[in-house]
Amino acid sequence: MERKDWPLWEVFVRSKAGLSHKHAGSLHAPDAEMAISNARDVYTRRNEGVSIWVVESKYIHSTQESDVESMFDPNEDKIYRHPTFYDIPDEVGHM
Amino acid sequence: MEQKQALFNYLLRLGDNAAILGHRLSEWCGHGPELEEDIAIINTALDLLGHARSLYTYAGEVEGKGRDEDDIAYLRIEREYRNALICELPNGHYGDTIARQFLFDQFNYLLFSELVNSTDETVAAIAAKAIKEIRYHLRRSTEWTLRLGDGTEESHNRVQQSFHDVWMYTGDLFVQDESDKAVIEAGIGPDLTLLYPVWQDKVKEVLKEATLEMPENGWMQSGSKQGRHTEHFGYILSELQYMQRAYPGCEW
Repeated sequence: MERKDWPLWEVFVRSKAGLSHKHAGSLHAPDAEMAISNARDVYTRRNEGVSIWVVESKYIHSTQESDVESMFDPNEDKIYRHPTFYDIPDEVGHM
Repeated sequence: MEQKQALFNYLLRLGDNAAILGHRLSEWCGHGPELEEDIAIINTALDLLGHARSLYTYAGEVEGKGRDEDDIAYLRIEREYRNALICELPNGHYGDTIARQFLFDQFNYLLFSELVNSTDETVAAIAAKAIKEIRYHLRRSTEWTLRLGDGTEESHNRVQQSFHDVWMYTGDLFVQDESDKAVIEAGIGPDLTLLYPVWQDKVKEVLKEATLEMPENGWMQSGSKQGRHTEHFGYILSELQYMQRAYPGCEW
């Protein structure tokens, strides 16, 4: 019998209403519906979630290892981009 | 029949269904066809064991002889178990397990949907908690029935055979006796003869969508309500009860 592996899916779980979905991990499933079902059983069995997103891993595009220097290093010495660089007047309150 | 005895019998049957099918499913642990499926089927097994615990505990209270859930689970002999025969059938291949699970889940879902409205408050409370899990079990076994039935030629043929093989054990789910009648009269549980046509329609609908043929009703096995089991049952108990029989009262 020919064996075809199920495609890989990335799972994102929202832990509670109002928070964003976070990457929880990946799993194999034959289709989207079963991927959601498997995600429920693999990643939310200890009450971790209220909503699940799945996407086939092949549809995720990412930065390349070789681009790291040009992509991220230039930001290292630009501390003025951090909000902590500025004094915030007390009247502004919590930010 | 005395009301208390009827309720005790009834709870025992519900509890045994959950415990024995849960035990069967637990045999897949580490042997599932895929890692994800292994985890999913064991989740179902654990859900069922949870139902069994609540039902056994309440059965012990109703009986009033001081037996707890463990006494009831581990210290009865074969003929004292009242689970439906379909629950004790061997797992076979995954298609066999799915066919058995789908037919049982559909039954269990209809039954517990009614038990939610039981006049017995404890039964209603146990059912209200369990029905959420049972709805999910049914969803999963339905999805797998559709995928195996409407999958490859091989999966179609194999799961079709699974449904034919298990069919003769479905009649036993709907057999009623004196205990059932007493429980129905008291409004504790539903009349299974009313659930049967609904079960048939639902099963037919899913099998049709799965491009599977609904097996014909031929001769049906029965006897579970009198404690008459298939030849497979003794082996389940010898494994399930070994520790308590060899080391009575042992805890860990």
